[in-house]
Amino acid sequence: MSRARAILGIFLLFLFLFALFVERPLADNLAYYYDILINIGINIILAVSLNLVNGYTGQFSLGHAGFMAVGAYAAGSWSEHLSPSLINFLAGSNGVLTFVLKPFPFLQALPTMCADNLALVVATIFGGLLAALAGLAVGIPSLRLRGDYLAIVTLGFGEIIRTLILNIDFLGAARGMSVTGRYTNMFWTFGIAAVAVYIVLGLVNSTYGRGFLTVRDDEVAAEAMGINTTKYKVIAFVVGAFFAGTAGSLFAHYTGFLTPEGFNFFKSVDVVVMVILGGMGSTTGVILAAILLTILPELLRGLAHTDFVPVFQKAIEGVVPIHLPPLQGLLENRLILYSLLLIIMMLTRPQGLFGDIAGSRKRVASSPAK
Amino acid sequence: MDALLKVDRCTIRFGGLTAVSNLDMSIGNRELVGLIGPNGAGKTTVFNMITGVYQPTEGAISLNGERLNGLKPFDITARGIARTFQNIRLFVSLTVFDNVRAAFNLHLKHGPFHALTRGPKFKQEEAEIREQAMDLLKIFNLDRFQDVMCKNLPYGDQRRLEIVRALATKPRLLLLDEPAAGMNPTEKGSLMTLIEFIQEKFDISVLLVEHDMRVVMGICKRIYVLDYGITIAEGPPDQIRRDPKVIQAYLGE
Repeated sequence: MSRARAILGIFLLFLFLFALFVERPLADNLAYYYDILINIGINIILAVSLNLVNGYTGQFSLGHAGFMAVGAYAAGSWSEHLSPSLINFLAGSNGVLTFVLKPFPFLQALPTMCADNLALVVATIFGGLLAALAGLAVGIPSLRLRGDYLAIVTLGFGEIIRTLILNIDFLGAARGMSVTGRYTNMFWTFGIAAVAVYIVLGLVNSTYGRGFLTVRDDEVAAEAMGINTTKYKVIAFVVGAFFAGTAGSLFAHYTGFLTPEGFNFFKSVDVVVMVILGGMGSTTGVILAAILLTILPELLRGLAHTDFVPVFQKAIEGVVPIHLPPLQGLLENRLILYSLLLIIMMLTRPQGLFGDIAGSRKRVASSPAK
Repeated sequence: MDALLKVDRCTIRFGGLTAVSNLDMSIGNRELVGLIGPNGAGKTTVFNMITGVYQPTEGAISLNGERLNGLKPFDITARGIARTFQNIRLFVSLTVFDNVRAAFNLHLKHGPFHALTRGPKFKQEEAEIREQAMDLLKIFNLDRFQDVMCKNLPYGDQRRLEIVRALATKPRLLLLDEPAAGMNPTEKGSLMTLIEFIQEKFDISVLLVEHDMRVVMGICKRIYVLDYGITIAEGPPDQIRRDPKVIQAYLGE
């Protein structure tokens, strides 16, 4: 694990350098790819944290979008109402940093940069903590339920959150809420993703964390071995909710606009699909699935505009004397193809992308932790 | 003789059904006690009552004078009662080694934060646990299977692994729920030696629920006989074997 820590450090350093030089105001054609990258990072955070709940602890939660919404709206309103004074204090015309750095004209951009990043971090931690609190509030009463029942309760929670936001005028209700400070950058997105991975793997890969796996395998036996299953479930739930909240904050500060509809049931399902496709309890697989499922819909965009489909259709109709519905139109709805790919992947690799090979639960569970 | 476990006039009712009624039972230190009875006599219910899965409707249970009523199963295990299950309940996605290591969770000094910071104390404790788990596996000749997924073990070894895992919680009283179920006569023979060996080696008390008369009569010093939730006999094996009530319960009139 000290090696894991070293990798984490190098990764963060690399990200830091990268973030210094590659920032959002890029050429327009590159901004599209930057968008995708940020989305990948946010999805990795969501999937890895849900994997702790659904994969390692075996509690089927469908409420991840709800926790993400709590984090997003909490961090968003924090930034709207409280951050400006902080930023002004640090980087305003009479700000502390501006004053300190006055003798160094070449560092003029630094105060704003520092203040923006600080504002993001504070808002993100705030969003994460509030989501964790929501996780605690939902978790304690509902984690006595198992399987399908828990899934329904968490589903209900997600919908309650969405409906609540829809009715709170302070949060913009159905109009949506705009977040002016678009501070999210590569460094914090992938930095938080790396921290989420480190925490989930670090927890699971210890005698303490083996408790999560025993809860998944057999609750009755786990209790008989002296493991407080309720405590483990609540911890998994709270940690999962915390990171969902941070992902929500990053999302809020990236898109700059939040609507309750963005956090509906289907958002939860998206994350669950990543976890299942990646293989329940395989962090590497889940990361890969998050990347794949973010890129795939974008790749399929191109497909609708190829000349290949009409040619293909003509060829079929030339051989078989039937008249097909316009395939081109069908494929333009890329979600149909996306769903089809999901079904194929699930049929061919039901155990997840990596199955029992790399970084799967088996290896995580049995590695001698030297 | 000081009683380690004391069950004092315990009754369990599920709705209108009285599963166990007025059970008195005491198990001394380093004693090997048997609990027998026909199918449905309430033997497993007694187990579940002692381990906290069910709460007795009436009566008290105490371990070394400490009251166990109202405690959760994990709390009772922490106080020194470990058990195995009638149908094997191993952690199927873990290896043999990790199944045993998981049981060390109970006496862990470190928490989640140590697991994340991975300081020297954490490493030392993990190393100790590895060593102790390995020692346990070696005692039961399971060390060659340490990296095998436990679901791939032969049936008899799975049963033994369950006992090893229970012992890893460092109990003072071990409850074995039909350990001989599904074993052939040779395996039953070695199981008997194994149970006696465990009792001596780990210096603990054992309560054995068993169907197989030969196993129970062979190793238990004292036997309780349960029928329809009522204790119909108690005493050493020879006395139980000749007790007319026991014969009637097993063979009918």
